[in-house]
Amino acid sequence: MGAVRRAFAPWSDPNAKPLISFENITKRFGDAVAVDNLSLNIFEGEFFCLLGPSGCGKTTLMRMLAGFEQPTAGRITLAGQDLAGVPPYRRPVNMMFQSYALFPHMSVEKNIAFGLKQDGLPKAEITSRVEEMLRLVQLERLAKRYPSQLSGGQRQRVALARALAKRPKLLLLDEPLGALDKKLREATQFELMDIQHELGMTFVVVTHDQEEAMTMADRIAVMDQGHLAQVATPGEIYEQPKTRFIAEFVGDVNILEGNVMGQENGLWRVQTPSADAPLTIDDPDEVLHSGQAVAIAVRPEKMVIQRDPPGPNARNVLTGEVWDIGYLGDWTVYRVKLASGAILRVTRANASRFVENPIDWDEQVYVTFAPNAAVILAE
Amino acid sequence: MTRRLSLFNLTSLIFGFAFLYLPILLLVVYSFNASRLVTVWGGFSTQWYGALFRNEALMEAAWVTLRIALLSATLATVLGTLAALALTRYGRFFGRTLFTGMVYAPMVMPEVITGLSLLLFFVAIGLDRGFWTIALAHTTLTMCFVTVVVQSRLMTFDRSLEEAAMDLGAPPLRTFFAVTLPLIAPSIVAGFLLAFTLSLDDLVIASFNTGPGATTLPIKIYSQVRLGLSPEVNAASAILIGIVTLGVVVATLLTKRSAARARRDGH
Repeated sequence: MGAVRRAFAPWSDPNAKPLISFENITKRFGDAVAVDNLSLNIFEGEFFCLLGPSGCGKTTLMRMLAGFEQPTAGRITLAGQDLAGVPPYRRPVNMMFQSYALFPHMSVEKNIAFGLKQDGLPKAEITSRVEEMLRLVQLERLAKRYPSQLSGGQRQRVALARALAKRPKLLLLDEPLGALDKKLREATQFELMDIQHELGMTFVVVTHDQEEAMTMADRIAVMDQGHLAQVATPGEIYEQPKTRFIAEFVGDVNILEGNVMGQENGLWRVQTPSADAPLTIDDPDEVLHSGQAVAIAVRPEKMVIQRDPPGPNARNVLTGEVWDIGYLGDWTVYRVKLASGAILRVTRANASRFVENPIDWDEQVYVTFAPNAAVILAE
Repeated sequence: MTRRLSLFNLTSLIFGFAFLYLPILLLVVYSFNASRLVTVWGGFSTQWYGALFRNEALMEAAWVTLRIALLSATLATVLGTLAALALTRYGRFFGRTLFTGMVYAPMVMPEVITGLSLLLFFVAIGLDRGFWTIALAHTTLTMCFVTVVVQSRLMTFDRSLEEAAMDLGAPPLRTFFAVTLPLIAPSIVAGFLLAFTLSLDDLVIASFNTGPGATTLPIKIYSQVRLGLSPEVNAASAILIGIVTLGVVVATLLTKRSAARARRDGH
């Protein structure tokens, strides 16, 4: 399955026709701009995540797809059809609501059958489709129950089954796992991926949880204040964040501020108050000029912490003292205070059960990283 | 509330309720009096209830009252529910605050004034006073109570339920009948019962707007009492009290249950 997933990249095929296309979409509520001149293509079969802090416009974008909000300007098309003026009940789109919005006066099976009844399907087909959905979410035994008699996880499954029952071209999921506890959330993430893969549907998920987005999505759109900050695969978002906002919003990151000195053998040299010697960064795609102020982003797991001084040819050496140690089981987190006052976060995988003479609090340590471990972000 | 009542609280409670209900209790007790003298106890008897049902004038008045109450409560429920929907649903339209105030005004308006102004209005438009004028007058009086009850339910209504119905393919009207109406139905029934009981026991507005052949039970009782107390009237009043009490209790229970349900389903 992993191999199949890697081959799936319609967004990099210039001839591929998008399923959904936002063209210069703007949405204003009074004076407030929720979505600002945004363009985005989503392709058939994608598991697409809209990720961003609350108030970034991601929910508005989704509600415009469902038809609950109309764009102030711009055009949305679904499979080539302009959605302007098409009411929610005529769109081949279904949504799973954050609150689940289960009808409290209907049993589980009536809830799932609701959409099929609106389509006027024959009774026998409705019954078999409801059974199929109940099987899919493993709730066969609870068909006659009412929403108030279900647990949170069960309600979430009913909401999913109800939204899937009409086999929509596009399924929208608004914070689908927000109300579940951590263990259940992780299991459900993988289940959602399996269901999406099995049904071959297009999923658009709104979430503020970056871990959730990273786990599930084929592509992630990071939103900030009504704009798209970056649209890319989880790997690209994490390893090649375009801006400081993305680097800081997705995962943990250490930011070292400095000024560009120049290029040497294709590597950038950057002067920073955090280190004695200039840093060497391998980020050839950036176009920079001398003296430019930049931020260097390094993920905590790509930094190496050690007690012994590195060799004279070592590059990117920072010195400091251990300020905090957090033992997480699989990882240990070190917070290292540099002479400049900046605090670095360095993680180390606990590959063996026992370490002789481990690094301790208040110790003088060296933190190094490889030139290609860092990303330069223009300020 | 497992705390025990102190002596002081208990005394206050007893006196308070006695003040409110002792006269009514007395009336009910005397409706079972065997004596013809209203103020002298002559033993237990249900004879006055029998006499009441044979008293054609009183029975006729009861029948008129019942028809007026049913008609005006039905009208008030439809109009009051529509008003509640408009006031909660259509955002902040121009004049909304004014409208809200105007809907509630009949609740606090002195009944004499409501009755008088309606009388003047009916005379002005040349509508003969009788059954219909009382029914219309009661509709204006009771509509606001329906609005208040239904509106309080709609305030706690989760709008995403309606969005979900539309998302699944139900047009707005079908959404209303399949999702909204079943969920607010208890509050509508409660509003209806309140309107019904209010119409049933109204004297002031009815006497302003009554005409020949449209004597309601409260009007009849009042006029009879002026001629002298009769045990039959006691019996009629006792039955009226019974119906009103039942209506109010059921309405209260329905409102409470639907509020509890809204809380439980809200996450």
